[in-house]
Amino acid sequence: MRRARDPFFWGLFSAGGMLAALLLPALFLIVAVAAPLGWFGMTAHVDWLALVGNPLLRLGLFGLLFLAFFHAAHRFRYTLYDGMQLYHLDALISVLTYGVATVLTLIAAVVLATAG
Amino acid sequence: MSPQPRSPAQHVSDPIYPEAANPKYTRHHPRWHRRRIPIFWWLRKWVYTKFILRELTSQPVMYAALLILLHVWIVGRGPEAYETFVEWLRHPLLVALHLFVLGGLLFHTITWLNLAPKALVLRVGERRIPDVLVLAAHYAGWILVSAAIFWLLRGG
Repeated sequence: MRRARDPFFWGLFSAGGMLAALLLPALFLIVAVAAPLGWFGMTAHVDWLALVGNPLLRLGLFGLLFLAFFHAAHRFRYTLYDGMQLYHLDALISVLTYGVATVLTLIAAVVLATAG
Repeated sequence: MSPQPRSPAQHVSDPIYPEAANPKYTRHHPRWHRRRIPIFWWLRKWVYTKFILRELTSQPVMYAALLILLHVWIVGRGPEAYETFVEWLRHPLLVALHLFVLGGLLFHTITWLNLAPKALVLRVGERRIPDVLVLAAHYAGWILVSAAIFWLLRGG
């Protein structure tokens, strides 16, 4: 049972890792730092409503967030497993990490579905 | 002659169990024979530290995803909520934290893309496409995607 599930989570980890690598530095730099502080000629007064109103962008953002959450969950699971040597707690750690990713994905789905 | 009961902490040399010569060996508690690895084993060598730092980039990735989601939610709450949020983002402590998080994100990107030639072995006929080309294609893709995001969110 456990072996059968692992390739599935590894696939999410891999896809999320690639999307996070390509998209997150630029997105985070702009949203969290550059736009609020007006760096690189950017401004906080972007027409965010128009961007958020675009259903394709919302769908794409949902895909990024969903995969990024499961990427982080999978990686953190093995950080605890190998780094902290919590081998005997593997079942509990898996439930917690993937559980948090599932809850956050559901929250993201609700926020993005109602943001238009 | 009655058989001698074996003590759990018997340390004498034993012809049947020669490893019992090890003073730490105790037959009835084999778990004690394992070597304990210190919890900060990964600080001993830079490659190990780099490996753990790479694994810990899961936290900046998680933080960045959550902040972007929070941003979308705040935008939907109206201009006043958005202004308050932007004021928060301008606080020097948050700016410092976010630059630190950005460092983690960049570390994830660089370590992830550097593994691409190992994960992706492409061949044209008999010949394998050199690692440098696979690497360059991934970095070019990253730069293009980042430029597109800057263009999309440029505002003004």
